[in-house]
Order: sequence, then structure tokens, then C-alpha cells
Amino acid sequence: MSVLAATCLIPFVGFLIILCLPRKSNAAFYTAFGASLVAFFVSLALIPPALANGALFTSVTNQIWLDNPALPIRFHMGVDGISLWLILLTTFLLPIAVWAARSMIKERLRTFLAFLLLFEFGVLCVFSALDLFMFYVFWEIALVPMYLMVGTFGGPKRGPTALKFFVYTMLGSVLMLASILYLHSVTGTFDYVEMMQGFTSGRLMLTGTQQTLLFLGFFAAFAIKTPIFPLHTWLPDTYTQAPMPATMLLAAVMSKMGVYGLLRFSITLFPNAAQDAAHWVAILAIIGILYAALLAFIQPNIKRLIAYSSLSHLSFIVLGIFTLTQQGADGAVFLMIAHGVSIAALFLLTGYMEQRRGSLEIADFGGLASPAPGLASAYMITLYASIGLPTLCNFIGEFLILQGAAIVNFAWAGWATGGVILSAVYMLWMYQRTFWRPKTEQVAKLPDLRLRDWVPVVPLILLMLWLGNYTQSFMPPISSATSRELQQNKASQEYRVQLKHPRTVHVAEVLRAH
Amino acid sequence: MHLWLIPIFPLAGFVINGLFGRRMPKALVSLFGVGSVALSLGYVCYALSQLWPLTTPFTGHYYTWLQSGFLQVGFDLTVDRLTAVMLLIITGVGLLIHIYSIGYMGHESGYDRFFTFFNLFVFFMLILVLASNLLLLFVGWEGVGLCSYLLVGFYYHDNYSSYSANKAMIVNRIGDFGFLLGIFLVLITFHTLDFSKMAAELSTMPVETGAGILTMICLLLLAGSTGKSAQIPLYVWLPDAMAGPTPVSALIHAATMVTAGVYMIARLSFLYNHTPVAMEVVAIIGVITAAFSATIGLAQHDIKKVYAYSTISQLGYMFLGVGIGAYSAGVFHLMTHAFFKALLFLGAGSVIHALAGEQDLRRMGGLRKKMPITFVTLLCASLAISGVPYFSAYFSKDAILSAAYSHSLWMFWVGAVTAGVTSFYVFRAFFLAFFGTYRGHEHAHESSWVMTAPLIVLAVLSVGGGYIPVMSWLSLGFGPAAHENTIAMDISVACGILGIVIAWLFYIVRPSLAPAFTRAIGPVYTLVFNKYYVDELNHNAIVRPLKAISDVVLWRGVDEALIDGVGVNGMGRLIRSWGGLLRWFQSGSVRNYGTWVLIGSLLAIFVFGLVGGVR
Repeated sequence: MSVLAATCLIPFVGFLIILCLPRKSNAAFYTAFGASLVAFFVSLALIPPALANGALFTSVTNQIWLDNPALPIRFHMGVDGISLWLILLTTFLLPIAVWAARSMIKERLRTFLAFLLLFEFGVLCVFSALDLFMFYVFWEIALVPMYLMVGTFGGPKRGPTALKFFVYTMLGSVLMLASILYLHSVTGTFDYVEMMQGFTSGRLMLTGTQQTLLFLGFFAAFAIKTPIFPLHTWLPDTYTQAPMPATMLLAAVMSKMGVYGLLRFSITLFPNAAQDAAHWVAILAIIGILYAALLAFIQPNIKRLIAYSSLSHLSFIVLGIFTLTQQGADGAVFLMIAHGVSIAALFLLTGYMEQRRGSLEIADFGGLASPAPGLASAYMITLYASIGLPTLCNFIGEFLILQGAAIVNFAWAGWATGGVILSAVYMLWMYQRTFWRPKTEQVAKLPDLRLRDWVPVVPLILLMLWLGNYTQSFMPPISSATSRELQQNKASQEYRVQLKHPRTVHVAEVLRAH
Repeated sequence: MHLWLIPIFPLAGFVINGLFGRRMPKALVSLFGVGSVALSLGYVCYALSQLWPLTTPFTGHYYTWLQSGFLQVGFDLTVDRLTAVMLLIITGVGLLIHIYSIGYMGHESGYDRFFTFFNLFVFFMLILVLASNLLLLFVGWEGVGLCSYLLVGFYYHDNYSSYSANKAMIVNRIGDFGFLLGIFLVLITFHTLDFSKMAAELSTMPVETGAGILTMICLLLLAGSTGKSAQIPLYVWLPDAMAGPTPVSALIHAATMVTAGVYMIARLSFLYNHTPVAMEVVAIIGVITAAFSATIGLAQHDIKKVYAYSTISQLGYMFLGVGIGAYSAGVFHLMTHAFFKALLFLGAGSVIHALAGEQDLRRMGGLRKKMPITFVTLLCASLAISGVPYFSAYFSKDAILSAAYSHSLWMFWVGAVTAGVTSFYVFRAFFLAFFGTYRGHEHAHESSWVMTAPLIVLAVLSVGGGYIPVMSWLSLGFGPAAHENTIAMDISVACGILGIVIAWLFYIVRPSLAPAFTRAIGPVYTLVFNKYYVDELNHNAIVRPLKAISDVVLWRGVDEALIDGVGVNGMGRLIRSWGGLLRWFQSGSVRNYGTWVLIGSLLAIFVFGLVGGVR
């Protein structure tokens, strides 16, 4: 079994074990924590081969899954420079989420942990799937535990929120399923690698209309999952109602499924449609950046504010991808990781605040830095990472994305950079009203972070510093993978010309015949 | 030569004090805090003596920070003559202010936090001036902004301090907007961010293709400078930044950080020299800021606010200097300003410390006898800033004004009159604090030697700093300085001395003159006293509308009502109503199904008949 398959399977095994455990026991926590930690350490073995050449798929498993000549579905997984860090981000964040869940989930912890591991299993398979049908299956598998986590462990409005979240994202994925099936009927395969070989060799070809329709079908799923403005209205409610460990994973990992899909499938499988759409998607992304930032500005609830801020940053990633430039794509992938780390830390620390105060309304806070200096310091670092202070992680990603945007259209960079200013405004204003100012009576006695609270925070902060200061440990495999994707995208321009050429000849011949 | 050692000491101090400071005794905190800067100064001196005479820049390549596409950014540090001057100012003046802080902050809680942030500031400031590419400079730029934010908000439990910290950061971010766009444009134009490679690219670039884009780059970067160096229109944060502890005002908001904008323009002089338009804009912003903020300084009661507006005004002079191409004069004034303005603030701090936090000039007075050392040193600083002959600013400010005289006469006259206004308000504060009778309640006393020793050293530098041959040292990079113009110098000195005399008349000879005068010009005084209502204007014209639009239009209107209400839930309703219609078809009653089958068959026959039957 390849390292990748083992990484994906370990959480599933953990999930099965937890299901067999008695209801009230600490064993569930140890199993979940152990399984996610083992998965993390195993996944580290993916790094060396991917570092050697990020453009190739390594650690490949390729077996027939459903032996049906009509629907040849394969179990085909592999990892390249793009998926590598996303897989590692997931395996890195899961032990942290499990650790956080232990103190933040009061009842039915065992069930929650089981969902967490099932979620990890689904997401890891999504990031490594190279067969489109398999990709779809795990795309849905990852959704179900998240839906259940929101629906059973969420806040007071969890019922309608979870339903909205589920129906909304299902709607997108059904369109994607239809597109996948149609793509199969055209190309005769579900296998991504096979398809790409077909396209680059010229053996397979999609007409302009086919590309546009398929692009839109996939785009529906990815745009809702990310989400892209104006398909975002499920996000603030879901993020706010979800229990904090689930919110962490929603923002840090699940949102990346959408942007990952855009980068992996949309721009390579349907290159011409992607090029045609790039302009419009980029504009939607820029609207999303500014719109979400302006909405974050006036939110009275911390969690909701961070939810909107996350939306703003995710729009940066979309913008980066659809600049279709090297810097933009590199920045997008890097920001996927950086945003994952910083937003997870932000929600984790916000969870500690909720635990202490019992509320996340900004008005209920004030002067928290006096009784809890440790929490205030950790929050400050994370906040600055999130608003893009150089030397911390997000800056690199946003800088590269904006630079890519500036290459394509300087006005895009101008508008999008406005989002960078606004992020400082709303985050600092929130920080001032919660941690600074004179302390109120209710806040004065709240405890600072204890050792077990620090345990998940410290690795996150160290990673933020590492990402921001020694970027080149992460960037080379990303660059090689994105440059391959972009080449595949650009190469298609030539065969579009070829595609049109025979057609015009054909029409001319028909005319002559008459 | 290991240039990375220069910033590494303050970074180490930051890490040690940041992690363990809370559990360490104060003496140890001070040792790491002050010692790290001292080591850094020592290493700067050693490095410069090794690199002497520094005719070619020395660069150390350390590691590749970021590579993507054609973008390649290294962690590379460079020392040239301009950087050498800045390094000595930062570590030298920085060390003095660190020592002073031992005394000033001694009784404050959060002593370790103060030194932690102070060391971090020195680290980032050193990165800023050592950076050999624009992105690393931006790292330092943002880093010093962060430290400024943290230190202005040092008294975070205070409403005003926390507000001021936010304001400083956010206004600077607005400037960074321009800075970032400038960086992007540089990258698109030159495909590199290294200063040396940019200069090389520029020399081969045809003038016609470059002119427009270079002007754009320079103006965007200028926007960044106006934020950091508190120039119009982004000067509004600096007066409020005085909410931080006084050593912070001295080091960050007078001597070093706020000069970063001037430094950047001087660093990019090879770019600015190609764009006369941008240069002119720099000079105009500088001269207008100098005059504008000097008038506000006239009517402030808070001693630190007086000096804050004076800082903005002096930075305006530096902008004027670099804007008219007198880069070495601008940097020279940057240096002398670092001496006398740091001294002014530290002296003010000494007074504030003695009066248990009192900053209002109306409750000072007569401190001359009680605080002799502070009195004498502040006198030196006040004389220096007024441009009295042979004091430091006499050489530096008049070098700028001489250059302005030959560049554009109106700029010179505005500058010269402003020099008079400057000496008036500086001496107004000086007389109000040290002469007359004491109007407060505290028992004033002279500060301890930890605080007075740095005052004395800075006083010596403020008096004699003009004899340091900075202009000829920098002539290597910026070309020889313009000849001194005696007429220009005489006029500005006359203005300066006139200002002192009027202040002396108003506040010593006939103290009743000042209130009578303010009454006579009533509305004008109110306008100036309220800082021309710029803060109120910004609040009502920008902040409030933005909030209202976000809240009412975007959140309640677009997000909840339009997209979610009409769009998403509307879709839901639509589906439900269609579902209702379909439910009608699936009633479960056989008779109904029969009816539908019949209707369907008839319809099919009809349609096929219409199109000509099935073939």
C-alpha cells in the first residue's frame, strides 16, 4: 500500500474503532487523537518524493474499483505539489481539532470524534483522487459528517442552518455529477490523468460549447463550496452555528476543496472555457474580497466577523487562480495553506474566548488582555498573520496573488489591495473592542490560557512563522505543479486554433459543393 | 562581514524578553533590552570600520526568501553610505533612548513588555534600512508599523490609547495600499525588486517608454511615505500616537520610524530623479505639510502634541529637501532632527515624569530651578530646532532652504516663515514650562542620572551635530550638495530669531499679550486649536458613511434581503411551489392517473399530428 493510501485509510480505521467503543469512555479521544496523529506522521513521508519533483504525481495507487466495462471507475490516487500541502494541512489540523473538541464539545464527544475522523478520511481522499468519479464520491462523503456535526452539535439555529448548508452544496455537487457523467460519455474515461494525456496529445477534444457547459457544471460545485460571491450566503450562518472544532475545519480545510477543484480540474480540463471565464470569475472574486470585508466591518459577533473575513481571503485565492499567471497560482496555493493555518488558529482562540465568556458578542467583551495576557498575545499574532503582516504566513500568498493580478490587469490589483486595508480595519477594531479598553466586571475574572490550551496553539504559531519567513521550504513543489497546470491551460490555445481551422475548411468545402 | 549580526541582537532581546520577561527581575530585562542594542551599535561601528571608506556598497546574500515565476526575493542586506548614516542613528539614538527608558519606565507595570516591543522595533528598523530589495524594505516598514501600534497601545486598558493605536495602524495601512501597488508596478516594469538591479534596468530603459510608468511608481510609493512619515493627507495619526509612553514618541515617532518615508525616497533617488513630476509633488507635499502643521503647533496645550506637530513640520522640511533633489541635505536634516527632536521628547518626558504624568503646559511653569539639567538640555534642543547659528539645524535646515531658494522661490519663503513659526511655538512651550511660576500641584524634582545622562549626550549632539560631515559623506551617492546661499540662510536665521523674540515677548515680558491676542483673532484661533477639524471631517466623511453603507445597504440590503431573501430562499419557494404542482399529479388515486394518461395521450397525438407524424 502506498503512503498516500495509508494516510487516507488510517482515519477511516480510527473511525471504525470509535464506533465499536462504549459510549462513555476516554478511549474515544485517545483513539481519535492517536489515529489523527499517526496519519500526520505517516503523511510526512509524502514530502520527500514530492519535493524531488512537484509536477509529477507520486505515491500513486491505481486499481480498478468497479469492474464494469461501461463505467470503468478506478481507485486512482496520487499527490503532486498542489495536493501535497493540502493533505499535510489536513493531517496537521486534525489532531488539533480533536484536541480542541475534547474541551469544547460537552456531550456525545465520541460521536463527534467519529465524525471528525470520517471527515478527515473524505477530505484526504478528495485531495488525492485522480479519478473523477472517485473525486465525486469522496466530495460527498466529506460533506455528510460536516452536515451532521453542524446539525447535531451546532448552536441554537443549527437545524435550518445545517439544512441550508446541505441543500446548497448538494445542488452544486449534483451539477458536478452530471458534468462528470457527460464528460465520461465524451471521453470514455473517468480518469483525470488519462484525460489530460488525451487532451495534450490531441487524441481527445472538447468543443467550445462542451467546455463551457462542463466548466459551468463543475464551477457550480466549486463556487458554492468555496464559496464565491454571490453564492456565499450559507457561509456566515453555517460558520457561526457550527461547533468551534467543526468551524475550524470548515474554514481551514473544507473551503479549500472548492478552490482545489477549480485549480486542479476547471482550468486544465476546460482550458478555453476557463480562459474565457477568467475575467468574470476574477471580477466576482474582487467583489467578494471587498464585499465580505465591508460586511465583516459591521458584524457584532466575533465568529460571524471572522466568517466574513474568511470569505474575503478565500476570494483572494479564487482571484489568484483565475489570473492564470505563475505568481497568481503559486500565491493561491500558498494562501490555501497559510489561510488554513491562520484561520484555524483564529477560530481556535475564538473558541477559547467563547469557553470563558459564554458568548461571542463583541459587546460582551472589553479589556480581556488584562486578565488573559497569554490569550491576548496569541490572538494578536494570529490576527496579524490573518491581515497579512510580512514575516507571517498570509502575506506571501496575498502578495503573490495581487502581483499576479497586477500583471493581468492593474486595476484588479488596485481594487483587491483595498481588501488588504479593510482587513486591518475590521480585525483591529474588533481586537480593540474585545481585548483592549478598560476591563468590564464580567471579563475581569476570566482565566488565561492553561497549558492544555497552549498545546494546539504553539504549533500553529510556529508554522505561521515558518511559512512566512522561510517560504522556500514550501514553494518549489507548488511552483512546479502550478506551472504544469498552467502549461496545460495555455497549451490548449493552440488546439483551439486547430479546432477552428478544420471547421472553416469544412464550411468552405460545403459552400463550394453547392 | 556578517551584516545579519546587526539586527540579530535586538531580535534575540525581543525573543528572550518576550518569552521569559514576565518571570525575570527588572534588572535582567533591562540588561537584555539595553544590552542587545548596545551590542548592535558595537557591531555597526566594527562593521563600518572594516568597510571604511565604503565607496562601493557591501551586500550580504543570506537565503532565498521567495521565488515564483520571474519574482525572486532574497534575504539580502546591503550597507552603503546612506545606510551607514541610518544605522548609526538607529542604534546610537536608540541606545540612548533605551537607557533613558530604564528610568522612565521603571515604575510602570509591563516593563518587560515595553522592552520586548522596543527591541522588536529596533530589529525591524534595522531591516528596513539594511534591505537590499523593496520587499524586504516593506517587511521592515510593516514591522516598525506593528511595533508603533503595539507601543502606542502600550496602555491598552485606556480608551484613548487603544483608539490611537488603531488609528496609527489603519492610517498607515492606507499608505501601504499605495506602497504595495508601487511594488507591483516596479515588478511589472523591472521584473526585479533589487535596488541595484532596478538601477541597472533603469539605465538601459528608453526615456520615452518609462516616463509615465516611473511617475506612477514614484507617486504610489510616495503615498506609502506620506503614511509612514505623517505627511498630508495621512498625517492625522501622529499627534494621537503621542498616547504612547514618551520614550516611544522619542524613538519611533520622532527620531527613526517616521523618517522611513524620507529614507525610502532617498534610497530610490535613482528612480525619483527620472520623474520631475513626482519630485515636485514630494516637494509640494513637504512644504505645505511643514507650514500647515506648524500653525497647529502654535495652539496646543499638551507639550507632547506641540512637539508632535513640530515633528510633522520638520518631516515636511525633509520631504522638501529630497523633493527638490537635495537628498543629502534631507538626510542630513533627518540626522540632526533625530538628535534634537529625540532630546525635546526626552526632556519633555523628564518633565512629565517629574510631574507624575502631567502633560499640560498650563499646569507647568518655573521648572528652571527645580530641573536644571533638563532645563539646559531642552534649551539646547530648542535653540537647535530654531536654526540659531552654529547649532545643528542651522546647517541642515538651511542646506534645504538654500536648495529651495534656487529651486522655487515660493517654497523657500514658505519654508523660511515656517522656520519662524517653529521657533515661536518651540520657545512658547519652553517658556511656559520653565519660566514664570509653577501652576501645578506636584512636587517636581530632577530626574535620575539614567535619564539625564542620555539628555546630556543628545544635547551635545544637538549643538555640535551640524559639524558631522554627512553631506560630503553622502555626496558619493547623491552628487555634490548645492552651494550655500547666504541670502537664504540669513533670511531663515532672521525668521528663526524673530520667532524666539516674539515668544519671549508673549510669554516672559508681557504674559497678558498671549490671551489678548488669541481673543483678538477668535475664530481663527478656534479653527487652529481644533486642528482645522480634520479628524471630524474624516470621521463624518469617510468612517460613518462606510459603516452605514456596510450595515444598511450591504448587510441588511444586499446580503440578507436580496441574495438570501430573493435569491436563495426565493429559489426554495420556487421549488416548493413547483413541488406543490407536481404533488397534484401524484395524488395516488388511480382515477386521477387515468385522467392524466388520457390527457397526455391526446396531447401526444395532437403534437405528432402537428409535426407530421412519426416517421
